[in-house]
Amino acid sequence: MAKKKTIRTIPQDRTPMLEQDPAIRSKNFEEVACGYHPDDALRESERCLMCPDQPCVAGCPVNINIPGFIQKIGEKDIRGAYDILTQTSLLPAICGRVCPQENQCEGVCTVGESLEAVAIGRLERFVGDTAIREGWVNIPYIEKNNFKVGIVGSGPAGMACAADMAKAGCDVTVFEAFHQAGGVLKYGIPDFRLPNAVIDAEINNLIKLGVKFECNTLVGRLFTIEQMVSEMGFDTVFVGVGAGYPTMLGIPGDSLNGVLSANELLTRCNLMRARDFPNFDTPQPMGKRVAVVGAGNTAMDAMRVSIRLGAEKVYCIYRRSRKEAPARAEELHHAEQEGIEFHWLTNPVSVLNDGEGNVRGMRCVRMELGEPDESGRRRPIPVAGSEFDFEVDLIVYAIGTNANPIMGQTSGMRLNKWGYIDTDGTLATSLAGVFAGGDIVTGAATVIEAMGAGRKAAASMKAYLGIRDSKLPYDHDGEKLFGINLGERNYARVKIA
Amino acid sequence: MSNFEIVTREDFSDVTYLIEIFHPLMAKAAKPGQFVIVMLDEQGERIPLTIADFDREKGTITLVIQAVGKTTRQMQEACKVGTSLYALVGPMGVPSTISHAKKVVCVGGGLGVAPVYPQARAFKESGAYVIGVVGFRNKGLVFWEDKFRACCDEFIICTDDGSVGIKGLVTAGITQAIEKHPDIDEVVAIGPMIMMKGCADTTRPYKIKTMVSLNPLMVDGTGMCGGCRVKIGDQVKFACVDGPDFDGHKVDFFDLMTRLRRYTKEERMALEHWEKGCRLQKAIDKKTASAIKKTTAHK
Ligand SMILES: Cc1cc2nc3c(=O)[nH]c(=O)nc-3n(C[C@H](O)[C@H](O)[C@H](O)COP(=O)(O)OP(=O)(O)OC[C@H]3O[C@@H](n4cnc5c(N)ncnc54)[C@H](O)[C@@H]3O)c2cc1C
Ligand SMILES: Cc1cc2nc3c(=O)[nH]c(=O)nc-3n(C[C@H](O)[C@H](O)[C@H](O)COP(=O)(O)OP(=O)(O)OC[C@H]3O[C@@H](n4cnc5c(N)ncnc54)[C@H](O)[C@@H]3O)c2cc1C
Ligand code: SF4
Ligand code: SF4
Ligand code: FES
Repeated sequence: MAKKKTIRTIPQDRTPMLEQDPAIRSKNFEEVACGYHPDDALRESERCLMCPDQPCVAGCPVNINIPGFIQKIGEKDIRGAYDILTQTSLLPAICGRVCPQENQCEGVCTVGESLEAVAIGRLERFVGDTAIREGWVNIPYIEKNNFKVGIVGSGPAGMACAADMAKAGCDVTVFEAFHQAGGVLKYGIPDFRLPNAVIDAEINNLIKLGVKFECNTLVGRLFTIEQMVSEMGFDTVFVGVGAGYPTMLGIPGDSLNGVLSANELLTRCNLMRARDFPNFDTPQPMGKRVAVVGAGNTAMDAMRVSIRLGAEKVYCIYRRSRKEAPARAEELHHAEQEGIEFHWLTNPVSVLNDGEGNVRGMRCVRMELGEPDESGRRRPIPVAGSEFDFEVDLIVYAIGTNANPIMGQTSGMRLNKWGYIDTDGTLATSLAGVFAGGDIVTGAATVIEAMGAGRKAAASMKAYLGIRDSKLPYDHDGEKLFGINLGERNYARVKIA
Repeated sequence: MSNFEIVTREDFSDVTYLIEIFHPLMAKAAKPGQFVIVMLDEQGERIPLTIADFDREKGTITLVIQAVGKTTRQMQEACKVGTSLYALVGPMGVPSTISHAKKVVCVGGGLGVAPVYPQARAFKESGAYVIGVVGFRNKGLVFWEDKFRACCDEFIICTDDGSVGIKGLVTAGITQAIEKHPDIDEVVAIGPMIMMKGCADTTRPYKIKTMVSLNPLMVDGTGMCGGCRVKIGDQVKFACVDGPDFDGHKVDFFDLMTRLRRYTKEERMALEHWEKGCRLQKAIDKKTASAIKKTTAHK
């Protein structure tokens, strides 16, 4: 029997993770954070107090059994840890890297009240990476049920939904508009934060589960959602097309050459490999001085990509203060280390023209924080007469996105007033048999939330088809249907072909 | 889906060529005014091309391409019958509204003849009186004349040098049509940016509705990057999902033409890089060929 740990007996400081030196890494696209060595993971696992009330589990959007998997790491049973993790999260190597842990699981960790919180994300990544290296996949015995499931969009929401439906025995096809699967994970989040190899490993796991990927397929235009259900024989459809449609500031000079959205910069660089231009054909000319407007994850990625593509100076322009910046703490910290210059409480008012249609600079105004607004954050107000100019030749907007219009243009699915897909509590849309989740329902959110939505929709889709996972014990104690105790038997429904 | 196999290849001139690609689903879905995005190979750029024709029975779509830079020239060399494209996605964009116009002028300038053709055909099929106006630099560049003529009630051809038809720009042809027919409801114009601007300027005094098809630079074509944004009146629109057809009288052409110059330097670099590779490859091919010749000669 292990002796009871207390806050005083555990290793006091959080086990650091090896990182590439900022001076070196700001010139390459290799991963910044190198991951835990098994000894590091073991040491960090000792810091978990195994709290009976498990606040961390409630802090995780998908309620991963955190003390459970950490305990297995402590027992050096990494495979066991992986099995626990994958009961809930299908993409541990990804979420361990990109979750905003400080606002989620780690933000409420008991240890964090007096010391630094247990590094849950790092441990999760360690387990996920080990699984990829060892080639572990949890492929359950799958009994085919002949139901055909269509998934639109191959981001985390679509991937998670596909995995669950495949495990339930359905014939699953994922349709993706781009020539490669992965969604934002592939085209948005850069390699130095989430290497492509990690995403591809997860996609390969799905293929092993029998999921088919059809890239180069623009659903809505090549065929509609309605056609999938009516003509193409899909028994149920999940729509996870992400948010997209970047917002522009709407200030004078927005359309000058050298003003672009972070999505464009990142897609050119990550998916289209502009960083290897001209061996790859897509260019992304880099400015000498770059201003990135915004301070979320997308902004951090745009800035750090710019540095790596050779920009001499990169400014972050944000109208609120550092405290309100929505980026993950780690990314903000890494960006600071890499020499990004932050200008808090600064707002652009116009983009300056060099006379030939190119960006020459950006005029900004200083802001101060006033009363809290609807979001609870203090509203920034411009300080009169405080205008000043930045000399920049590239301006990147990372100020959020709106709903992608293609679904609304091509299907009768009901949208809400902002253009996102309207769903009920089970993620059902207004079309029978069609479910939706991820950014296209909630607006831009996080990877783990999108994944959670994909799984939630999968549960509803199974209910809609009348199938349920015959491995899961029925938890409605003693509930009876026509006199049969539901807990005693495994029910599964098979579509008669 | 399809492996995007090329089933027909035709060359109209040393810079203009046609490829027909097997993709039954796309042939079924395509409508006039829509476009596709193509990648020649894994390292390639995603380039937008208008669907110039589609054949639902054969299950094919047709693209007409002008070799202007790296990708389009590389495709000119590589796209032979039996080869496949690496990626082909579409149909993209909002289909052209084939309005209930009774009398329309469909204008195609140079390569623009190809993308305006499906619209002319659709107008004809919906019962409109169609006047076709096409313009080329000279007689040698004319293509699809018979095909286009077949769906027009009247057909006007203009060349810069007067080697065939009216001597002058398509705008001269439009003016001629407008003067003869005071009851024209709509003009559809596709071609180089400067030509579409000219058409819009020509019809403006007559207040005739004029639709143009814009071709800004694109990356994804799904409304995600904003690279294709254009100014329409006082609004910003994304050509790939809100267009590519817009009211020509509202388009800010100046803005668009400036934006098209954005990557000039890189485009030249890519082309030079590729040409250098080609020359190198050709030199290597020559060497190995002569080496092979030598060894076989020895035997
Ligand atoms: C640059 C950037 C950095 C981010 N960093 C983080 C982070 O560090 N941590 C975090 O938790 N979250 C982060 N996020 C947010 C997170 O990536 C998203 O919330 C998440 O990816 C949403 O998943 P999704 O499955 O809903 O959509 P997406 O990942 O957007 O995937 C949707 C997919 O659907 C495809 N598609 C769209 N329309 C169609 C169609 N008509 N037919 C077929 N396919 C279609 C798209 O091409 C895309 O591949 C970041 C986002 C960005 C842009
Ligand atoms: C909706 C749409 C439909 C199009 N349809 C066709 C078509 O049916 N046939 C066809 O041949 N071309 C079409 N284009 C243009 C085509 O996409 C470009 O010619 C192509 O991307 C050039 O690539 P490149 O690498 O060969 O040349 P680059 O090296 O990229 O460019 C060479 C020259 O072409 C110009 N150019 C580059 N991109 C465009 C563009 N998008 N529009 C206009 N000029 C451009 C550049 O300014 C430069 O002067 C269309 C473009 C759009 C947006
Ligand atoms: S998925 Fe994210 S929030 Fe949940 S435990 Fe893992 S790192 Fe924490
Ligand atoms: S709250 Fe922290 S210490 Fe407690 S169980 Fe969770 S991870 Fe462990
Ligand atoms: S091409 Fe990216 S939004 Fe239109």
